[in-house]
Amino acid sequence: MKVAIVKYNAGNIYSVIHALNRLGVNPILTDDAAELRAADKVLFPGQGEARQAMGYLREHGLDEVIRSLQQPVLGICIGQQLMCRHSEEGDTDCLGIFPVDVKRFCPQRHEDKVPHMGWNQVKMGNGEFFKREASQSAERTMENGQWKMDNGLFSGVNDGDYVYFVHSYYVPLCAETIATTDYILPYSAALHKDNFYATQFHPEKSGAVGERILENFLKL
Amino acid sequence: MDVKDGQTVKGTNFVNLRHAGDPVELGKAYSEQGADELVFLDITASHEGRKTFTDMVTRVAATVNIPFSVGGGIGELKDVDRLLNAGADKVSVNSAALRNPGLIDEITSHFGSQVCIVAIDAHQDEQGQWTCYLNGGRIPTDRSLFEWAHEAQERGAGEILFTSMNHDGVKAGFANEALRRLSDSLSIPIIASGGAGCKEHFRDTFIEGHSDAALAASVFHFGEIPIPELKQYLKSEGINVRL
Repeated sequence: MKVAIVKYNAGNIYSVIHALNRLGVNPILTDDAAELRAADKVLFPGQGEARQAMGYLREHGLDEVIRSLQQPVLGICIGQQLMCRHSEEGDTDCLGIFPVDVKRFCPQRHEDKVPHMGWNQVKMGNGEFFKREASQSAERTMENGQWKMDNGLFSGVNDGDYVYFVHSYYVPLCAETIATTDYILPYSAALHKDNFYATQFHPEKSGAVGERILENFLKL
Repeated sequence: MDVKDGQTVKGTNFVNLRHAGDPVELGKAYSEQGADELVFLDITASHEGRKTFTDMVTRVAATVNIPFSVGGGIGELKDVDRLLNAGADKVSVNSAALRNPGLIDEITSHFGSQVCIVAIDAHQDEQGQWTCYLNGGRIPTDRSLFEWAHEAQERGAGEILFTSMNHDGVKAGFANEALRRLSDSLSIPIIASGGAGCKEHFRDTFIEGHSDAALAASVFHFGEIPIPELKQYLKSEGINVRL
């Protein structure tokens, strides 16, 4: 299987490479359009600042390349945020794959520390938004009184499992939300639309649960 | 994990060192047991030692699937760059930041607040004053713990790792009074370090010390407190932990 990681100016992709290596996959790191299009899976990870990252992607024509990918694509952390429509970080227009705008956390109490850094629980489905938009029930079903995730990315992951986050901006709940986390407010821990998947948390740093999510992605 | 020449060691009151194994193997074992984060501290002073430590960081990054931070011997931005490139998630700065506080601004403007832990070793005197120390607790400064922690936050530090020299190695509990004052007055997470001897000490530092996280070494290295048992206990005490 050919797995490509999008090469751009957002740091710390080493842990993603190591995590894939542990799953027996040797990914290529590339900004070449042909190589990205030819890969079976594409990962779009990173840590960085939205405006600089989008500037780099546009300059290198990677914005069009990422938008037009047909194979499963997984955005991680800033990758997820860049796949949205717009980010409050640097007032930046992003890739627009997910029709939702990224907001900055507004602390409400002393305990609300920003960045949100550390382990937190994910809940399957799209939370409060789900109640308002009943049409989005396709990806989760009630089984024995427990929500069960039908989306392949979270197969085998339980409601309430812990994953690792580091971020100051968040994606609000939307129709594409497939998992939520509650920190200051409930927000999108993961998104899915067509062949595009994204997580706000770092599966590559989330222990056995994260490993399972990456493994699921490779099987999509 | 304190690392010297590629081996884990742990001091008692910052003096006597005892061996406690290979840091990579130990780190892997801890992550499998349920540790939430690992801290590797390079206590080698030599240039060769630094190279050995960087190689170890690369091996940890390849082996361990939870976040880890590294510290010790970080004097300038290029040290941070080297360690992050080797795969560390965060760095902790201590003496170098006290000597040159602008280092915190440099690190956080280049790599973001989330990578920068400011580690503080402080000692409380008989009058109750907390003073920061340099070089692993060897050289006193004229900086007060609270004033320095506040400045570190203002300069962009993402977290404060506070080690009480009075409590470290004594195994009689963390410095909860000082921790509580730090946690209540700062808006960044405070990691408690120094003093863990039993499970109750961890509970106390979360409840009484308002700590955001607790760090310990020897009680884990010598198997005195198994991590799964500790986390079960904390959960039963109503503390939010990942199981």
